[in-house]
Amino acid sequence: MAAMIARLTDGLSRRAIGLLAALLAVLLAAPWIANDYLLTVLIVILYLAYTGQAWNIMMGFAGQLSLGHAIYAGLGAYIPAVLFTRLGIGPWVGLLAAIPAAAACGAIIGFLAFRFGVAGVYFAILTIAFAEFARIGFDHLTIVNASAGLFLPVAQLSHNDLWRLRGSPTMFYYVILTATVFALILSRLLLRSRMGYFWLAIREDEQAARAAGVDTFRYKMYAVMISAAVTSFAGVFYAFFYNNLFPEQVFNISRSIEMILGPIIGGIGTLFGPILGAFVLTGLAESVTSALAAFGIDLPGAKQIFYGLCLLLVVVALPEGIWPSLARRLGVGERKR
Amino acid sequence: MTALLSLERVSKRFRGLLAVDAVSFDVPDGVIFAVIGPNGAGKTTLFNMIAGAMTPDDGAITFAGQAINGLTSDAVCRRGVARTFQLVRPFPALSVEDNVIIGALLHHRDVGAARDRALDVLRRLDLFDKRRQIASTLTLPDRKRLEVARALATEPKLLLLDEVMAGLRPTETDRMVATLREINRESGLTILLIEHVMRAVMALAARVLVLDHGVAIAAGTPEAVVRDPAVVRSYLGTEAL
Repeated sequence: MAAMIARLTDGLSRRAIGLLAALLAVLLAAPWIANDYLLTVLIVILYLAYTGQAWNIMMGFAGQLSLGHAIYAGLGAYIPAVLFTRLGIGPWVGLLAAIPAAAACGAIIGFLAFRFGVAGVYFAILTIAFAEFARIGFDHLTIVNASAGLFLPVAQLSHNDLWRLRGSPTMFYYVILTATVFALILSRLLLRSRMGYFWLAIREDEQAARAAGVDTFRYKMYAVMISAAVTSFAGVFYAFFYNNLFPEQVFNISRSIEMILGPIIGGIGTLFGPILGAFVLTGLAESVTSALAAFGIDLPGAKQIFYGLCLLLVVVALPEGIWPSLARRLGVGERKR
Repeated sequence: MTALLSLERVSKRFRGLLAVDAVSFDVPDGVIFAVIGPNGAGKTTLFNMIAGAMTPDDGAITFAGQAINGLTSDAVCRRGVARTFQLVRPFPALSVEDNVIIGALLHHRDVGAARDRALDVLRRLDLFDKRRQIASTLTLPDRKRLEVARALATEPKLLLLDEVMAGLRPTETDRMVATLREINRESGLTILLIEHVMRAVMALAARVLVLDHGVAIAAGTPEAVVRDPAVVRSYLGTEAL
């Protein structure tokens, strides 16, 4: 155990470990401090922190832009939900089906693109196409109730059933917090691995990577498949937290965009950027909505406009995202990767 | 002497232009071999075919006894042919050390072992003190050295250098020449270089091949080649005599 912790924290400064521990302590204590509304906001933030990290593996590390990550979350949502509602199979077993399904879907998209030299913007368009394809397909798939939507039996708040993911927001909060921490650890291990280095090489200059002997096809495939597999759990969480699934919403392109805003604001390719970005973006957006509500202003779409403004500001002022400069200021400078 | 690399009537055509026309030559194991010629002679095309970045239209390329024409560039690298690019292409946002670690990871599965290997190579190329710098912030001479370092880290049997001296000041050139000679002498690494800087060619190469309009017009020792009338006419100009 001590050796494992030593390995995980290797290369982190004392200060970074201290700050991370403090943040984790606050987040662990949050359900005792926060009211229901704030807890729900925190769940949304952590959900986006998790999916942002999953997307970051593919884009931030391996340089492959996906604008269709909703497809992996969607598969992760629908497969366990169908198994649960039709066969009574629990979500964790459903996850075991969702992970290979999402990875296989990623492999198909990746294979088509990388085998036939679809890259850059065209690759991004291909990912959108697949997500749209899934949206329309699921809209007509009767086993998932098509466009009528799939509903999970609503949770009884009297007791928490972690095995069946039925319970209070507090339980869901701890589940997604654990997942976020897990994704952070996984990202760090991946980035420091042999494969992580090869991903960075591909991101920086694919032709030069090949000249250095990197089998770029293979490592790009791994990136898509791992990113898809990690994303699929977010879908499981989404399904069992919200209890209703509509293809129009689950596979909507706005879901894919939502996932990537955090990393862009926080810092693509950094480890902590996606988490910071989710907190900043959702935190500020919720504050703005609350403030507007306090003044009695009901402005539909205010949140979206706010997202746009944030994005604009960051792209112009801090194109690397907030985290790299904040990290330097905190004296925990994550080495630029 | 056995040939490490052998080209047999290798040709490459771009639309109507015959860029490389039935070029044959052998690079013996352990030597430094230079390919010279005027701009547009087909040198880089020749390199790209050896390195797997292009497929020859005709002919055979044999490396260490095995045909390598048609292999992809990463497969060629894994067999022991490492290259640099004429227009340097280090991984710009990564540190010097990480750039070289990526090369070293080809034959080291363990990142720690690859880092040790990378640091050795960086010491050898005088980049050790700059290992924490981001590659894009290096000066051109240092970026050229970094390209060589990354290629060397893959532990090649044959190193392809595409104009590593171009744009270097004479003192920098001499420094690079000294480094390459040392590496060749100590490890017996075979080096094939394209070069315009005759100062470097004369100091380094044991054998020289001269290309002009895709055709090999002369081959031999540097001293013999620079006296060849055909070479003087097409490339060096009469002052070189």
